[in-house]
Amino acid sequence: MKDFETFEHKADMGIRGYGQTAEEAFENGAKALFSVMVDIGSVEGKERRDIDCSADDLETLFVEWLNSLLSVADSEGLVFSRFDVKIDGGNLTGWAMGEELKYEKHKPVVEVKAATYHMLKVEKTNDRFVAQCVVDV
Amino acid sequence: MKKSSLKRIDEYEWEIPRTDDMNVPCRVFATEELIEEMDEKVREQLTNVACLPGIQTASLGMPDAHWGYGFPIGGVAAFDPDEEGIISMGGVGFDIACGVRTLKTGLTREEVEPKVRELVDSLFRTVPAGLGSTGEIKLKGYEIDEVLRGGAVWAVDRGYGIKEDLEYTEERGMMQGADPGNVSDHAKKREAKQVGTLGSGNHYLEVQYVCEVYDRVAAEVMGVEENDILVAIHCGSRGLGHQIGTDYLKNLGSAASRYGINLKDRELASAPIKSKEGQKYLTAMYAGINCALANRQVIGHMVRQVFDKVLPQATVEMIYDVSHNTCKVEEHLVNGKKKKLYVHRKGATRAFGPGRPEIPKKYAEIGQPVLIGGTMGTCSFIMVGTESGTERAFGSACHGAGRAMSRKKAKGIWRGDKLVKELEHNGILIRAHSYPGVAEEAPGAYKDVVKVVDAVHKADLARKVAMLKPLGCIKG
Repeated sequence: MKDFETFEHKADMGIRGYGQTAEEAFENGAKALFSVMVDIGSVEGKERRDIDCSADDLETLFVEWLNSLLSVADSEGLVFSRFDVKIDGGNLTGWAMGEELKYEKHKPVVEVKAATYHMLKVEKTNDRFVAQCVVDV
Repeated sequence: MKKSSLKRIDEYEWEIPRTDDMNVPCRVFATEELIEEMDEKVREQLTNVACLPGIQTASLGMPDAHWGYGFPIGGVAAFDPDEEGIISMGGVGFDIACGVRTLKTGLTREEVEPKVRELVDSLFRTVPAGLGSTGEIKLKGYEIDEVLRGGAVWAVDRGYGIKEDLEYTEERGMMQGADPGNVSDHAKKREAKQVGTLGSGNHYLEVQYVCEVYDRVAAEVMGVEENDILVAIHCGSRGLGHQIGTDYLKNLGSAASRYGINLKDRELASAPIKSKEGQKYLTAMYAGINCALANRQVIGHMVRQVFDKVLPQATVEMIYDVSHNTCKVEEHLVNGKKKKLYVHRKGATRAFGPGRPEIPKKYAEIGQPVLIGGTMGTCSFIMVGTESGTERAFGSACHGAGRAMSRKKAKGIWRGDKLVKELEHNGILIRAHSYPGVAEEAPGAYKDVVKVVDAVHKADLARKVAMLKPLGCIKG
């Protein structure tokens, strides 16, 4: 079974992560996000950035997590491929590991402007968590 | 959209009649064919907008309307602050003031064609584009605030371009009232290295030739004729704009519930215009507009430098620079009464008719130039605003073709490298940082811009002046 995937959306792109826990689904959702932008298999974990964010509910927290990652990646010229998430109520503490974006190595496709609330869902089905939303490209 | 559920006003105008929740009806400007091609979501989203407090006359859809976040792309709505009107992040979008700047070069196709490869290659090397691209300008904290306040005026003051460029830029190059204090540090950090970068996705820099002139008088005023070479820059406010959008999607979402605004869709994130939250968004979004204006001004300067080197006989001058993701305060007539309204244009271009004070003097009699981008394989258009469009659509027109299929599907159908070869065979040089990115942007993944522009013309929202075809296109 896949840990993450992208799904079709008319104007943009949907991203989806699966996991045994919501935390794991968040981590895999972040992988799906960066897979829209680059070949994430080529991204090494040379640099670590810590991420803290919070929201009133788990679904909004997923969007906050993704948008926090986009913000750090864009302002520092980084791409990420490994993630760790701990959720405590409405608070998320986590980290992302990656490296400086290199065109030859990471084969970028397209920039993601933001994660949105569209088709946003964090839920447990058949003992597996899924976290998904559409991202604006 | 099912046309049976719409009321036909005339050949090019349709109405979604008002129901209980709606404060006004919706109006869609399109041909029967375009209406049938439109997704049902457009109806839902236009209807949601019609339910927002203080909306005036009608919730409007342009001929290229398609699904968006909150508002549809191609959605226009005006709100009166004195009638509890709101301002909505969903009415502007994440790429604040994304727009088109078109420059003329004083050169003809015959003069440029022998050097077109060198020209396109040089533009590709000079103008940073693609994921994570950074420019040569590196800004310190206080300098970022200067960009956010000054826009293209900031850029010209620092030697990027000439004063005359400002006359032909919306807002004379600087959106008044921007407040960098309402822009987050995260957003500013994203701007530090991104001034003068194109970005990726549907953004582009194109060398075009005028292939057909429809309106000789307007074309002459703009100084263009058949076979003239133009350059179009399509980009926006980059990471800074995206971050302002992200920040205020959250802030205005919670403000809406505090003010008891019933949002049909979370992405409509709104606050009353007169509220503290509404004003904060307005002045932050204005800072985003300035960022986009500065960005296109700096890229325009780079285009000039490239021409100076490759084709030094060129005289690169502005035709116009107009944004298509904004909310602006404008005077409009509503039931014969002059009102100051907050006009949201999401994926829609301002298209003022003759006589409006916002238009440069040179264009006062022909109307404001409206710059419509197509795809890298088809064509673009220059139009001018009309009096009729100013009255019926708050002076608005379409902004492009709109996607016909998903990025994922496009990548399944086309291969970037093959597409580049095919287009080159047809006389269009593509230079891109990403082949999969090119596949996602395949001309076939978009609707037919000709049909959209014809609908705008026939609905008299704006008038066709010239059709432009690409000779070369830089993609992210």
